[in-house]
Amino acid sequence: MMDFFGPEEGHYALALACVLAFCQGIAPFLKRQGRPSFFSPLTPGFAWAHALALLLAFMCLMLAALRDDFSVQNIAENSALAKPLFYKITGIWGNHEGSILLWIVLLSLCSACVSFIHTRHQNPLSRLKRHALGVLGLISAGFDLFCLLTSNPFARLFPMPADGMGMNPLLQDPGLAVHPPLLYAGYVGFVVPFAFAIAALIDGQLTRLWATLVRPWVLAAWALLTCGIALGSWWSYYVLGWGGYWFWDPVENASLIPWLSGTALLHSILVVEKRQSLRIWTALLALATFSFSLSGTFLVRSGILNSVHSFANDPTRGVFILTLLALVVGGALTLFAWRAPSLHDESSFTPLSRESALVLNTLFLCSLCAVVLTGTLYPPFIQLLLGHTLSVGKPFFDSTTIPLTIPLLIAMGIGPALPWLHGSLRTICKRLYPAFLCTCAACIPAFVFLPDRMAALCAVLALWVISSSVLALFHQLRVATHPFRLSRKIWGMTLAHIGVGVTILGLCGMSAAHHTIVAPRLGEHQSLDGLDWQLVSVTDHPGPNYDARVAELRVSRHGHPIAQLHPALRVFSHPHQTISQVAIRSFLTGDLYAVLGSTEHEGQETRYILRLHHNPLAPWIWLGGLIMAGGGLMACPFGRKHTQGTPS
Amino acid sequence: MTLTRRHILAALPLTGAAALGLGFQHILSSMKTGQFDPRAIRTSGEAVPQFPPLSPLPGLKGTIEGIECTSLTQQNKPILLNFWASWCIPCVTELPLLSALAPSLTLWGIAYKDRPERASAFLTRNGQPFERVGQDKDGTAAIEWGVTGVPESILILPGGHVVWHHRAALTHEVITHDLLPLLRPFL
Repeated sequence: MMDFFGPEEGHYALALACVLAFCQGIAPFLKRQGRPSFFSPLTPGFAWAHALALLLAFMCLMLAALRDDFSVQNIAENSALAKPLFYKITGIWGNHEGSILLWIVLLSLCSACVSFIHTRHQNPLSRLKRHALGVLGLISAGFDLFCLLTSNPFARLFPMPADGMGMNPLLQDPGLAVHPPLLYAGYVGFVVPFAFAIAALIDGQLTRLWATLVRPWVLAAWALLTCGIALGSWWSYYVLGWGGYWFWDPVENASLIPWLSGTALLHSILVVEKRQSLRIWTALLALATFSFSLSGTFLVRSGILNSVHSFANDPTRGVFILTLLALVVGGALTLFAWRAPSLHDESSFTPLSRESALVLNTLFLCSLCAVVLTGTLYPPFIQLLLGHTLSVGKPFFDSTTIPLTIPLLIAMGIGPALPWLHGSLRTICKRLYPAFLCTCAACIPAFVFLPDRMAALCAVLALWVISSSVLALFHQLRVATHPFRLSRKIWGMTLAHIGVGVTILGLCGMSAAHHTIVAPRLGEHQSLDGLDWQLVSVTDHPGPNYDARVAELRVSRHGHPIAQLHPALRVFSHPHQTISQVAIRSFLTGDLYAVLGSTEHEGQETRYILRLHHNPLAPWIWLGGLIMAGGGLMACPFGRKHTQGTPS
Repeated sequence: MTLTRRHILAALPLTGAAALGLGFQHILSSMKTGQFDPRAIRTSGEAVPQFPPLSPLPGLKGTIEGIECTSLTQQNKPILLNFWASWCIPCVTELPLLSALAPSLTLWGIAYKDRPERASAFLTRNGQPFERVGQDKDGTAAIEWGVTGVPESILILPGGHVVWHHRAALTHEVITHDLLPLLRPFL
């Protein structure tokens, strides 16, 4: 019984999934005498079978990890007997092979969900759905092959070691349990708009119905990606202990680029749905967003982009990935170049309208996207072309992204107040002046409290976004008969825009953060930002697979204790590594953050090295991310019967 | 089908992607042959790399010169180059060891991505073992040296030969087992 669902079954299921994905990819395109062949209606079935096979493979890998089956190379390299049960499960996606498996599992679940979309027979949408499923099948087949041939998670090891090599202690954290699956779900979710855009380009029809069908997917993927990025940034903030939240690391940028283009897609698809315009642009964004998420994830894996996230650098893998990317992205863009010119927009609009605000928004977002892309790819390409090594970091990104964000924030405040088609300047001014007054009033405290001018300006604009979003919601509520009648779309939009404002406020607050490195003796007091930090005690605690040294810090303001912090240093035995466990106490006004370093002996005296941070408004960054994601999910039209198609 | 301006515009994304793809293909093939290393970490036995001259650190006691490439290669004694920063915790623990080394070995320090007032205050507070101190404010010199973080120490023998690169804080064991044997011919 125990040997049921072992690694061999998993390996077999993976190979089976690959074949099923090929079937799913080919079936809808088979024709017999100009009509869809006998196999075509089987496509949804193939999609389901594919997802089940991959789930089985995933379950087998999980069972192998739980059973400490060190004959599987992946588990011997990343697990150990002493590893806690929770991390045995989450550790499955903490390495290259496992994370690729998770990626394709999520991809197959997406196509299974698409096959669930109910369409009537002989409806134009049913053709669209079949073609989209075919595209999904072909992409899945490619990546299933990649997993099977170059990064097989079930590869065996002989002779079997008695114990595994253990997992990187940095990854032994609850944040890791949710961050990669959420992020991957976001990345992979954009495959559905991609597949539907290709299907629409094949048919030459990109209609309002198409936009209605695809928009929930874009929203859901965007919300998950937002959540994933926010969690990742939070994880680096509290695990790495450097006191920062965003390092412009290639992998972080690789998640930011699809987020930016996905945000642009989210807005431009609205114009297609409402007004049948911007169709070529929307199709291009749908193709680009998934292409970016694909290239981002996989270029890092090939080792071209140098990053802390890269698991293994293997140029052979890189060649396979590049070929796959060339097929998927190159094929999609060729189709676009061939078919897009025949899509014509049906309606035009005036400069002062919701449509043009959305166009402006997508333009700014795409410029931001281009800037981040340039900054990320500049170092390897300069090294290739000129032979110089250089690094592009925070100074570049700060000086290029902030000037682009400022007009974006201004437009974000005005956009929701504009009507579709045609607006008048007078009404807009009348509608927005309370928000404008509120913003002007906020200028004084912002410029007084924030030392950096740019940060103060951004904080003021963030307030502008929040106040004008709330104002726009009030106007909508006055028109609506009942708050619950107001469409979820408007609630979602307002929430998401408020979330952006909150995040930007958090970023501006962090620009005024202070830190200091001190080496106190036991009982000594230190002061930072008007707070008194006292080192009370240092004790040793054994953990499950590590030994910890825990310091106790008492923080007080004007003699009133406000927090106790317990930063720790964990010494892991397997592999031998020391990790500092950051202590964070969050308040609405900011974070108290302490890191315990090594000890210094001076004769009889022992000094403990501590890094103390005071980060104003830091929790707002992630709070804003969660609000954004919540807004995105709220706007998702779940359960609405929009796919029934137009009555003939 | 006639080729219009719309077609050319629609083909632009494809051209861009193709150019990027070719670049990546080239990078990958040169990674295989070893001509291209994205991590660009130098190995020992090489010559001192070319790096921009590093200005001296103000606010230190006495006159302490900055560091430039030529002065490093024209020395007739071994030099231990140490990358450090005032914001780095291991650097605090490393400084007493460096001070103990200072009488027998010439130490040059490079303040990596640091503000001058903080860097000089750090040395004034914790002891100043360096003969020369340069500032690498934007980290370009660190890239040329293949330094990935602080603290890192590099031993340069007369004539500008890099023989040893240690990518962590120095400890008693590292100094006695790795560093001192390399210095034996010069002591």
